[in-house]
Amino acid sequence: MVETILPVELQNAIVRKGTKDIIGPLNLTFGGKGCSIVIGPNGAGKTTLLRLLHGLERTTSGTVRWAARKGDTYSRQSFVFQAPVVLRRSGIENIAYPLYVRGVVKKAARAEAEKWIGDIGLRDVGNNDASVLSGGEKQKLAMARALITKPEVLFLDEPTANLDGAATLEIEGLIRAAVEAGTRVIMATHDFGQARRLATEILFMYHGKVHERATADTFFDDPQSEEARKFLRGDLLV
Amino acid sequence: MNDLLAGLQSAFGLIIHLDHDLVEISLRSLQVTLSAVFISAAIGLPFGAWLSVTRFRYRRFAIALLNALMGLPPVVVGLFVYILLSRSGPFGVLDLLFTPTAMIIAQVIIVTPIIASIAHQSMRELWFLYHDLLISIKTTKWQRMQALLWDGRRSLLTATLTGFGRGIGEIGAIMIVGGNIDHLTRVLTTAIALEVGKGDFPLALGLGIILISIAILINLSIHVLSRTEREGTW
Ligand SMILES: Nc1ncnc2c1ncn2[C@@H]1O[C@H](COP(=O)(O)OP(=O)(O)O)[C@@H](O)[C@H]1O
Ligand SMILES: [Mg+2]
Repeated sequence: MVETILPVELQNAIVRKGTKDIIGPLNLTFGGKGCSIVIGPNGAGKTTLLRLLHGLERTTSGTVRWAARKGDTYSRQSFVFQAPVVLRRSGIENIAYPLYVRGVVKKAARAEAEKWIGDIGLRDVGNNDASVLSGGEKQKLAMARALITKPEVLFLDEPTANLDGAATLEIEGLIRAAVEAGTRVIMATHDFGQARRLATEILFMYHGKVHERATADTFFDDPQSEEARKFLRGDLLV
Repeated sequence: MNDLLAGLQSAFGLIIHLDHDLVEISLRSLQVTLSAVFISAAIGLPFGAWLSVTRFRYRRFAIALLNALMGLPPVVVGLFVYILLSRSGPFGVLDLLFTPTAMIIAQVIIVTPIIASIAHQSMRELWFLYHDLLISIKTTKWQRMQALLWDGRRSLLTATLTGFGRGIGEIGAIMIVGGNIDHLTRVLTTAIALEVGKGDFPLALGLGIILISIAILINLSIHVLSRTEREGTW
């Protein structure tokens, strides 16, 4: 086993767009195992935090430091976006794509993708153009594409925000399986039920800051901050 | 009306008898423009992809320039190439003036900006969709270009076709650097101009109809090709 890329540590991290501090200053560490869920109202900065950790955003000040040397840190992570990004090619080719990028030979990559397309229940449409799939199918495809590289850390940005109940449960099944297999999951959601079902811990974000970090039970049954209590009551929408 | 009917009749006559001159002129038109389009696509498509995925200081200016080059007057391109290739010009020793090669060079200069510009427009939209994912997957710049070129291939075919349409009907540059020499550099457009000059409207019209037919035929066949590709490979 290679040395792990975790923990990742944020020190006084601030992301500013224009004159506004979108998030921060944040001082956080993610290590160990499990599923951290970032919860909070729209505009709280959940997406920005995830993108910052994954290197898609830069700090205006402060630092993000992964334990491993820079170079291959980000290639041992995957990110699933809120609106699934689907390449204009077949489902199987979508799933195999990250392996091609890593230089895996075509035959091996396709064989692995065939396995995944079966696991997510899309074998019958795997050779069709992926852009005609439904929203839920596209997101399952994005999950498989994220997992095929066996990432150490998986970022999920509201992966079920636009999906119906059945599709949501399927995605949650994939997330749970990944966590059980040892993948460190860091996920944003504003769905309380989902947070309860999946979270090892909850980070409550509001106005760009983390106001509370606790186990799911503690957070939902006995929130410590006033903002979290308001949020859970439904009084805090923006 | 009479001229038109006579022209149609004359065109049919030429085609049915596979008139030697007509076949030769048509093939030369195709040879020149297909060669030019092939070279232009080989330059313009990767350049369009590169422009889509690269941020640099004068990018906006480069794009504006490329769009402006799309409207380059062929006559001026012809003049420019003529000066370069003429005996006293920098490439005079190559002795290329009034050869099909000179015509291809001129058409490459006209067609490349068209293909690059249209290709860039469609790949820029695709890059907007792909951006976050391809950065997240840690693709190299070359891999990003490959993804745009492959996944955007249908619209790139359209860009290439547009370039072909522009090239096959072009006369300004080709007349200047080719010289419309019989059996050497005469192509459909220059032959039509010559026949009109001689007052032979039926023959000119016949050649025109053949020119249009070639353009339509090539467009249709590529359309069919892209259809079968779509149904076959995915
Ligand atoms: N590129 C940007 N420029 C300006 N403001 C932005 C930009 N991206 C996000 N924001 C703002 O930052 C805040 C946090 O956004 P985001 O991280 O997407 O929140 P969340 O995911 O929790 O809904 C929002 O108010 C949003 O409008
Ligand atoms: Mg968000």
